[in-house]
Amino acid sequence: MNHSSEPKKYKNPILNWIEFRLPIISYFEKEYGEYPMPKNCNYFWSFGALASILLIVMIISGIFIAMNYTPHTDMAFDSVERIMRDVNYGWLLRYIHSNGAAFFFIIVYIHMIRGMYYGSYKYPRELNWILGVFIYLLMMATSFLGYTLPWGQMSYWGATVITNLFSVIPFVGEGLKTWLLGDYTVGNATLNRFFALHYVLPFVILGIVGLHVAAVHVHGSNNPDGIDIKSKKDTVSFFPYMLLKDTLAVCVLGVLISAVIFFGPNIMAEVDNYIPADPLVTPAHIVPNWYLAPFYAILRAIPDKLGGVALMFASILVLFVLPWLDRSDVRSCNYRPLYKWFMILFFVNFFVLGYVGLKPAEGLYLLIARLGLVYYFGFFFIISPFIHLIEKTKELPASISDVYLGMTK
Amino acid sequence: MSENPNEKRRDFLQLSTITLGAVGTAAFMWPFLKSMNPAEDTLALGSTEVDIGSIEEGQSITVKWRGKPVFIRKRTKEEIEEARTVEFTDLKDPAKDVDRVQKEEWLILVGVCTHLGCVPLGQKMSDTKGEFNGWYCPCHGSHYDTSGRIRKGPAPNNLDVPPYNFLNDTTIKIG
Repeated sequence: MNHSSEPKKYKNPILNWIEFRLPIISYFEKEYGEYPMPKNCNYFWSFGALASILLIVMIISGIFIAMNYTPHTDMAFDSVERIMRDVNYGWLLRYIHSNGAAFFFIIVYIHMIRGMYYGSYKYPRELNWILGVFIYLLMMATSFLGYTLPWGQMSYWGATVITNLFSVIPFVGEGLKTWLLGDYTVGNATLNRFFALHYVLPFVILGIVGLHVAAVHVHGSNNPDGIDIKSKKDTVSFFPYMLLKDTLAVCVLGVLISAVIFFGPNIMAEVDNYIPADPLVTPAHIVPNWYLAPFYAILRAIPDKLGGVALMFASILVLFVLPWLDRSDVRSCNYRPLYKWFMILFFVNFFVLGYVGLKPAEGLYLLIARLGLVYYFGFFFIISPFIHLIEKTKELPASISDVYLGMTK
Repeated sequence: MSENPNEKRRDFLQLSTITLGAVGTAAFMWPFLKSMNPAEDTLALGSTEVDIGSIEEGQSITVKWRGKPVFIRKRTKEEIEEARTVEFTDLKDPAKDVDRVQKEEWLILVGVCTHLGCVPLGQKMSDTKGEFNGWYCPCHGSHYDTSGRIRKGPAPNNLDVPPYNFLNDTTIKIG
């Protein structure tokens, strides 16, 4: 029944009926139609949208793989091979999923680099940054759990090494490890629960992504100049401008990810994972996925078990407090001539750590890992908190539209 | 104290309700958390019997116990000598060789590196045995000696000695 007293906001009566009962239409209109984006935003601002789309791709491809996967130590490896050989388009689903994970990390790393370089984590977007770090942590956990499921040699020994990290905790460590594994070693109980958690965590990530997006829409997006929106002249509406821009970015991503899926689906895979898991033989060289390698390099750089594990966790947790470590009022590194270069060096250092994390921990590689480790923490605890005392920042423009006029002159 | 006696009563009721709710929730969490510990059938796979009659001096075999590899090595005279003459101060996790074996030629160890759980090399004749002639873990470079004690590298402890006993001269029961 449509009562005559109901408001008629839209032409379509169905939209009016829904809107009166659940104002979701006006919510989407406001957040994805009129939502004002700073008009100086560059393509780095498309990576949040790209990450959201990849998350959906990962969830859908994962559900369809799960329909043919068997989480049992005797059958897991063969069921993955069956997906690759016998299941219709199973190879495509699995290659989308395995390379999608790698691309998901590439996209999220660029998204994080953008947030750090342009100071998006600063007031008033600190909570937004924290939610983002939570998403990153959950992504690392989910990818680790997923890497165990094919039950190859790297799966098995990667799971063994990572779960052993918990055994360093004094007194409760061994008990905690046994509780996590459900057995004395990585076994069937472990594989079962890892599968259950790998299935559910992406939906938790999806929920936090919802909060992450809602939080950024409260104060609006940051921009390359790191200054606040002052008037309507500074912005363009999300629809159609940003939607079109993001669509082009999605097309480019689609081309790149397809190139890998169809022409080099194993370039980011470890060959040892095509050998079935053997609890009695450790591969000569255990490596994590490349996207987790920087933290693995930090773990191995310390010749002490507890110290290495503590520093590895610290290197991830320090991200949470970055908004309070950086004391400068200027957001964008474009206006911070000194910090800018330390920031770029930090990104380079992170990928160098990743490179040595994939190499044996000895000789020159070990030395580079130790130097990288010192810079990693030095950046957070010495450079970020104190550089504003000596740095002379450039003068900020009066408004975003002023920047824009300067660009077109 | 407040003037209204009801207010105190309300505080008490509120506090006791919250407490009871918290205790109830915690109690309900217990079976869920406990279900993740090793199940009864996993615990039942506790022991393994091994025939060691055919092992020659200087040879090792690997058997599986509780899903983990167990190294059984019949040591040579030199290896025993080497293990017993080490200074205590050279050891990271000091332990006497005589406390780590029941019969001096039979060394029985859990073959899991105490660093992050890899299986050390040194069981096969062709394997590298590390700088101390025992075992070497390829994952992060820990060296163990001929008594399975940690000598160099990131591992904090010696290789574990599992509980075992000799049923007769050629059979041992692990677990």
